[in-house]
Amino acid sequence: MLFESILLTIITASTPLLIAALGELVTEKAGVLNLGVEGMMVMGAACGFAGAVIFDSTVLGVLCGTLAGTATALLFAVVVLGFGANQTGAGLALTIFGLGLSGLLGHSFIGAKREPVSMLFIPYLSDIPFFGKVLFSQDAFVYFSFALTLLVYLFLNKTRAGLNLRAIGENHNSAHVLGLPVLKIRFWAILFGGACAGISGVYLSLVYTRFWSTGMTSGKGWIAIALVVFASWKPGWAVVGAYIFGAASVLQLHAQAAQFNIPHQILTAFPYVATILALLIKSIRYGRMAGAPGSLGIDYVLD
Amino acid sequence: MSGSFGIPSRSLKTCLAALAVSVVAAGPALAQEKLKVGFVYVGPIGDYGYSYQHEMGRLDVEKKLGDKVETTYLENIPEDDCERAIEQLARSGHKLIFTTSFGFMDPTIRVAQKFPDVKFEHATGFKRADNVATYAAKFNDGRYITGIIAGKMTKSNIIGYIGAFPIPEVVSGINAYYLGAKSVNPDVKIKVVWAGTWYDPTKEADAAKALLDQGVDVLAQHTDSPAPLQAAEARGKLGFGQATDMKNFAPKAQLTAIIDNWGDYYVERTQLLLDGKWKSEDTWFGIDKNMIIMGEYANMPDDVKKLAREAEEKIRTHALDPFQCPLKNQAGEDIKCEGGDRLSDDQVRSMNYFVEGIDEKVPQ
Amino acid sequence: MRIELSRRPDPSPVARALAPVFAAVLVFALGAVIVYLMGKSPSQVFYAYIVYPLSDAWGLEQIIAKATPLALIAVGLSYCARANLWNIGAEGQYTMGAIFGGWLAIHTHGTDAGYWVWPTMLVLGALGGMLWGLVPALLKTRYNVNEILSSLMLVYVVQQLLDYLGRGPWRDPQGRNMPNSAIFDGNAIIPSMIDGTSVHYETLIALLVVLISAVVFSRTVFGYRIRLTGDAPRAAHFAGYDNRTTTLIVFAISGALAGLAGIAEISGTNHQILAEIRTGYGFTSIIVAFLGRLNPIGILFASLVLSLSVIGGQNAQLMVKLPYDLTSTFQGLLLMFILAADAMVSYRLHIFRGKGRSHAV
Repeated sequence: MLFESILLTIITASTPLLIAALGELVTEKAGVLNLGVEGMMVMGAACGFAGAVIFDSTVLGVLCGTLAGTATALLFAVVVLGFGANQTGAGLALTIFGLGLSGLLGHSFIGAKREPVSMLFIPYLSDIPFFGKVLFSQDAFVYFSFALTLLVYLFLNKTRAGLNLRAIGENHNSAHVLGLPVLKIRFWAILFGGACAGISGVYLSLVYTRFWSTGMTSGKGWIAIALVVFASWKPGWAVVGAYIFGAASVLQLHAQAAQFNIPHQILTAFPYVATILALLIKSIRYGRMAGAPGSLGIDYVLD
Repeated sequence: MSGSFGIPSRSLKTCLAALAVSVVAAGPALAQEKLKVGFVYVGPIGDYGYSYQHEMGRLDVEKKLGDKVETTYLENIPEDDCERAIEQLARSGHKLIFTTSFGFMDPTIRVAQKFPDVKFEHATGFKRADNVATYAAKFNDGRYITGIIAGKMTKSNIIGYIGAFPIPEVVSGINAYYLGAKSVNPDVKIKVVWAGTWYDPTKEADAAKALLDQGVDVLAQHTDSPAPLQAAEARGKLGFGQATDMKNFAPKAQLTAIIDNWGDYYVERTQLLLDGKWKSEDTWFGIDKNMIIMGEYANMPDDVKKLAREAEEKIRTHALDPFQCPLKNQAGEDIKCEGGDRLSDDQVRSMNYFVEGIDEKVPQ
Repeated sequence: MRIELSRRPDPSPVARALAPVFAAVLVFALGAVIVYLMGKSPSQVFYAYIVYPLSDAWGLEQIIAKATPLALIAVGLSYCARANLWNIGAEGQYTMGAIFGGWLAIHTHGTDAGYWVWPTMLVLGALGGMLWGLVPALLKTRYNVNEILSSLMLVYVVQQLLDYLGRGPWRDPQGRNMPNSAIFDGNAIIPSMIDGTSVHYETLIALLVVLISAVVFSRTVFGYRIRLTGDAPRAAHFAGYDNRTTTLIVFAISGALAGLAGIAEISGTNHQILAEIRTGYGFTSIIVAFLGRLNPIGILFASLVLSLSVIGGQNAQLMVKLPYDLTSTFQGLLLMFILAADAMVSYRLHIFRGKGRSHAV
C-alpha cells in the first residue's frame, strides 16, 4: 500500500529530528542556547556505530552513542557554565569540534556495516490492517521518541524540577534570588540535550542507514534547532514540526518519482519555506512568540 | 586505510591501534629527492564514495611507486575556496597535482598559469593547457551493462535511477542505463529522482524508498553512499553498487557494481612524469582500460550473467557502445550521429536531453 | 557544592589581552601531546601550523585574503548582536549578495561595458544582502517571528536559488551544459590592491568598515542607541527610540555587509558564479564576532586568528600529513578555549563547598 509505506518513510525521517529537538528544547527551556546539536549528533552517530560494531550489540551501540553525545555536551557545559563563554560562539565551535572528532573516531569503521535493528511488534495490535503496521510495528526508537515527548511534557509542566528549570530559563536572576541552583540545573539540561542528540545520531547510523560515513548528519542538527523554535518550545508541537518537516522532505521525492516537473531546487527549498510560513501563521494567530525562555542565550552572571 | 574495508577488529584496543597505525602509516616520507604528487578532494575521504575512490587511487600510487614518489592530499576542499589549496600544493614542491572535482576546473587553470613547471591533471573538466591534462571515466559503459541486467531482472517493468544533479555525466548515465534495459526489454519504464546532492546518506535513502514505493524494483544511483542499495536490500529489491563495490552492504541486493578505478591511471601518469614523457591530453577511459571495473555479477540467473558478460566484452573491444545509432530524442527526431555508428564523445559529454522512451524531462 | 559566576569589577586590560594567548598555548600543549602520541613531531606540526604561514609572504597574503570576508560579515553581525538580535543567516545574505552582483556580471558579459561594472556589482551585492537580511527583520517587527529560525531557514532557500541559477539559466553557454557561469570579464572582477596578489579591494573596504564601525559604536548616539536597545529595550523605548526601527536598521547593515562580502568573493576570488557556496564564511563569522567581543578592532584580530587556523590546518595536512579531521577538531577546541579564557577575564568563578564560604578562583 503506497500510503502506508510513505507514512513509514516519513516516520523514519521524522524520528531523529524529534529526539534531537526534544533534547534541545529542554536545554533551551533552561535558558541555554546550544547551537552545537550537529556536532553532538554526529558524535553520537560515529560512536554509536563504532560501539555497535565493536561489541556486536545494538544496545551497547546506543549506549556508546548516547554517552558520546553527552560527553560532547559536557565540554560545552564546562566552557559555557564554568567559564561563562558566549553560548552562540561556543555552540558553533562545538559543531566544528564534533564533526572533526567524529571523523577521527569513525575512520576505522568506514566500510563496515550492521544488520538491521529489529522491529518491535506489539502482539495482536500489529496485526490490525494499516494501523498495525504504522503504529505498532516500529523500531524501539520510534516508540522511545513518543515516550520521550510525553515525559518531557510531564517533566516541564507537572513536576517541581521542571517548574524550577523553566523559572531559570525565564529569568535566571529572579530564580537565583529564589535560591535555585541555576548553573546546576542548566548543567543537567545541557547534558540531557547532548544525550538526546547522541541517540538521534545513533538512529542515523544504525537504523536510517546502517553504516558510518564522515559528516553523515548533513545538517540534521540545524533542523532540530529550527524545530524547537517552530514548536514554540512546546514538546507536543515538536512532534508536529518534526513530522511536517519529515513529510515535506519525503513527499518532495515522491512528487518527482510521480513526475511532477518542478525544479528540484523548489522542492528541496519547500520544507524551509513551509517552516517559515507555518511560523508566520502561528505568530500572527498568537500575537507573540509564546514560550520563548526570557533568558535564552544570555550569560548568567551575578552582579 | 585499505584495511578498513572490512571490520578491523572486535575489541576497542585493537581498533584504537588500527587507528593509530593508519595515521602513522600516512606519515611523512623523508627522502628529499622523491617526486611529490598532490591530490585535492572535494569531499571527505570518509564519504565511502567519490573522494574515497580517488584516495584508493592515491594509495595505489604509494604502493606501486612508493620508493620514487611521495604523495599528499587535501580533503574536504570547497569548490569556492580551492584555488588556495591547489596553489599551496604547487608552492610546496609538488610536481604533479590531481584536482578531482569539476568545480576545480578554472582555479586549476589559473594556478597552472602561475606554475608552468608543475603538471596538473583535472578530473571531469574540459579546459586544458600545456601543463594541464584532463581525465574522466566513461561510467556509461557500466551504466549500459547495469541497464541490461535491470531490464532482465525487473518484474514490475519499472526501473529507477537516483541522480545527484542534471549534469551531462548524470543525464547520459540515465540514458545509457535506460538504453541498456530497453535493448533486452522493450516495455521497460524508468523513473528518475533528483536528490540535489552528491552525498547525504539519509536523503539518498529517502529517495530510494520513494522510488521503491512507486513500483521500482531495480534501482540504480549516481550519488555516493551505499544508503540506496541498503534500502533496496531491506525491501527485498535489487540495485547496483556505485563507485565502490558495495556487496558488503547489500549481499542480496547488489547485482553488480560500477567500480571507479583511478589507481591505474594515477600510477601510469606518475610514471610518465618520472620518465619525462608526460604530455597534456584528454583521457576518457572506460571498461576498455579498466578505469571502470564491473563488480561480481550476483543475485541473477546464469543467462542474465551471460548477457552481461557478453555486453561487457563487446564494450571492452569497442564492438558495442552505449550510444549506438540510430537514436531518437524525446520528440522522436533522429539524433545526429557525429561518431560514425555512435554518438561522438563530445556529444555524450555535453548531453542535456533524454532519449526517446524516457517520460521524464531533464530539469533545465 | 555550588558554582556561581560573578562579574569582575575591573577586568585587568593586561589579562584581557593575554587571555586568548593563554588559551591558545593551552590548546597547543594539549595538541602537542596528542600529536606526539600519534608518532609525529609536535615542533614540526607547530611550525607547519603557525610559523610557516606567518613567515611566508604568500602565506600572509592568504591569511589576509581569507580574513577579509570574515571580518566584513562579523562586523555586520556585531550590529545585530549588540542590539541583542540573532542573525544566524549571514550565510544566506552572503549568497544573495553573490546573486545580485553576479546578475550584472553575467548580463554585461562580453559587452565590454567599462569599468563601472565591478563597483556597481558591489553596490548591488550589498543591496541584495540587505534585502535578504530585512526579511527576518520585517518578520520580527511585524509579526514577532523569531529571527534565529527565520534567518537560518532563509539560508537554505537562497542556496537553492543559487543552485538553480548556477546549474540552469546562468551556466556558461560554452560550458558543455556543466554547472557554473562563464568566467567574468575583466571589468567585473575586483582589481588586486597589490598586483599579482589575491588581496583585492574588498580588504580596503573591510578595513574602512572596521574603523567606521568602531567610531559608530564608541562615539555616536546611534551606537549608544543600539547598545541600549540590546541591554534595556524598555529604557530604549522610554528614551524615545523605536526598537522596531533599530531592528530594521541593524539587520539592513548586517545583511548589506554580508552581501558585500558575498559578491566581493565571487568577483575577486572565484571570478564566476558557482552553483554552490560551501566555505561557510557566514557561519564562521558568527564565531569571529564573538571572539572579537563584538568590538570591530577585536573582530579584525579574531578574523586573522580564524583565517590562520584554517590555512595553518591545511598546511599541517600538507607538510606533516595530519588528518583533516584532526585539524578541525583542534580548530573547534581552540575556539572554545579562547572564548572560555576570554570570559574568565570578565567573570569570576565561585565554588561553594556545602554551605561554607566561597572560594573565588
